Amino acid sequence: MDKFTVHTGTAVPLRRGNVDTDQIIPAVYLKRVTRTGFEDGLFHAWRINEPGFVLNQPQYDGASILVAGPDFGTGSSREHAVWALVDYGFRAVVSPRFADIFRGNSLKAGLLTVELAEKIVQRLWDDIETDPTTQVTVDLVERQVRWSGEVHDFELDDYTRWRLLEGFDDIGLTLRHTDAVTEYESTRNPWLPSVPA
Amino acid sequence: MGKTLAEKLWESHVVHSAAGEPDLLFIDMHLVHEVTSPQAFDGLRVAGRPVHRPDLTLATEDHNVPTQDIFKPIADPVSRIQVETLRKNCADFGVRLYPMGDAEQGIVHVIGPQLGITQPGMTIVCGDSHTSTHGAFGALAFGIGTSQVEHVLATQTLPMDRPKTMAVTVSGEPPAGVTPKDVILAVIAQTGTGGGQGFMVEYRGEVFERMSMEGRMTVCNMSIEWGARAGMIAPDETTFAYLKGRDHSPQGKLWDAAVEYWTSLRTDDDAEFDAEVTLDASTLTPFVTWGTNPGQGAPLNSSVPDPASYEDDSERVAAEKALQYMGLTAGTPLRDVKVDTVFVGSCTNGRIEDLRAAAQVIEGRSVADGVRMLVVPGSMRVRAQAEAEGLDAIFTAAGAEWRQAGCSMCLGMNPDQLAPGERSASTSNRNFEGRQGKGGRTHLVSPLVAAATAVTGHLASPADL
Ligand code: SF4
Repeated sequence: MDKFTVHTGTAVPLRRGNVDTDQIIPAVYLKRVTRTGFEDGLFHAWRINEPGFVLNQPQYDGASILVAGPDFGTGSSREHAVWALVDYGFRAVVSPRFADIFRGNSLKAGLLTVELAEKIVQRLWDDIETDPTTQVTVDLVERQVRWSGEVHDFELDDYTRWRLLEGFDDIGLTLRHTDAVTEYESTRNPWLPSVPA
Repeated sequence: MGKTLAEKLWESHVVHSAAGEPDLLFIDMHLVHEVTSPQAFDGLRVAGRPVHRPDLTLATEDHNVPTQDIFKPIADPVSRIQVETLRKNCADFGVRLYPMGDAEQGIVHVIGPQLGITQPGMTIVCGDSHTSTHGAFGALAFGIGTSQVEHVLATQTLPMDRPKTMAVTVSGEPPAGVTPKDVILAVIAQTGTGGGQGFMVEYRGEVFERMSMEGRMTVCNMSIEWGARAGMIAPDETTFAYLKGRDHSPQGKLWDAAVEYWTSLRTDDDAEFDAEVTLDASTLTPFVTWGTNPGQGAPLNSSVPDPASYEDDSERVAAEKALQYMGLTAGTPLRDVKVDTVFVGSCTNGRIEDLRAAAQVIEGRSVADGVRMLVVPGSMRVRAQAEAEGLDAIFTAAGAEWRQAGCSMCLGMNPDQLAPGERSASTSNRNFEGRQGKGGRTHLVSPLVAAATAVTGHLASPADL
């Protein structure tokens, strides 16, 4: 996984709440067995059906931070939603609140999800709409979002922050505890089901 | 201070914990399907890692499965490749698989319980958000993403931060015609789609105590629709009776030991929850959704709400957008909403009791002209049992289509889809834009409402017939 430290880029205002993962990437793209190239599916229905949809507006081309309304990423557990955002070029998503599974998936795949209060998100929307070239900085070291003189702290637990800063892979970290796993396995209840191939 | 059920389940699975780190939890059963696993198996290959516990891993084919012609190769080449990839991965890594056409094949959340693989006290994960279904047995069960699928395959553990706990207490006697689906839709409408965010939820109270295992599964299934990390119900005599004698249930002395342990899996009287929600079931009526998320629901005997009536800005905008997408006008009685398709099935309502309920309503009646009704059993076993009971004959005599088992129109990854603008009454769990097919419009309903709607051609309950 790539390390995430400080990222600066332009941002896209997605003024919608409850953006579910079926909207982020429709089920038809889930048939793929590869892990890259999901950018074509990102917000597919909105990009096709709504000419005014933010990602269709040229002033936001090249943006790397998505700023969305509350409850972003609800619904299905599909990690393809995260891959689609990353493949499209996003490094961070800002929202007042994320669905748990989406947030977990994104932080595993190196897409930083940043929670800011709804009224701060409103100001950020206003500012990037007024000037789409606004440079927004998402700073994981300081746990801050900064733009045009605004500075806002966000919360992220120390462990996840450390993992992202170092670019560590979870499996590698867990394998340090192999002995504890073996020990636990020897204490499991004898009636628990098993399904040998 | 005592402990909640969720805390007991959590603590009994901690392999490693340290301050400032997530807990490392052992996973008792990992269910796998074709959609969220290919990239995970690939990750193992790249790293040269085996599946750590293939004996605690079970795979089935469900999302892409056509519900007709299942003994032929899948016509859609992309779906076919995904299913073939799962077969190859299971063969390569030594994982048991129930493929299309197998007597045990079915939706992943239907087959675990019916095989007795889902038991109280377990941790169960699957790369699917409706894994919460298994919580109905007093298990800690949650959906995970593909990176986590790879993690569980490689280590049989998962690092997780412990969520907070919430109690949802529903008391009172639900009036006739109010099903578990109506109860959970009402809970979601009350709390909103983010109401359970960050919580392990325990459903408590007399309504759940009296509910059948299948009804409990319907409730726990939809926990994720209001954002909960997991949903669960304490195991009791109903749970034990359901499990007794199933293929993977313990037997003899082990059964007795298991029941003794399972009986301890309840929230202590002096335990405290971080949050509580209460609901009085006696006030409930059949519930339907009118919008594009499962929280946008209302009693069937009410009308499409006016977005202007919402004080919260984002809720108002969401309601306006939803009505536009759904092609509905505020103030229209929900009973006047005409549908094109009725879908009975999915991991929410595709079990035998659901099919019996729908069949009972439709028996001796017929599906309205111009309406198509699809009945898709949740598993091949459910299908076989329904046929043994003659339910298939009731459905086909009424003009409904009787299909093979799979996810089907719940998400339309197979050919069962809505056409643009088409409207459905569906017993599934998600009414998101385009979920059942591009441009399709979904109303979530119970099996009883689905069957009555099929007969009248507009949203209806059996009482309207
Ligand atoms: S039936 Fe629907 S919700 Fe259930 S597992 Fe299949 S696609 Fe997911």
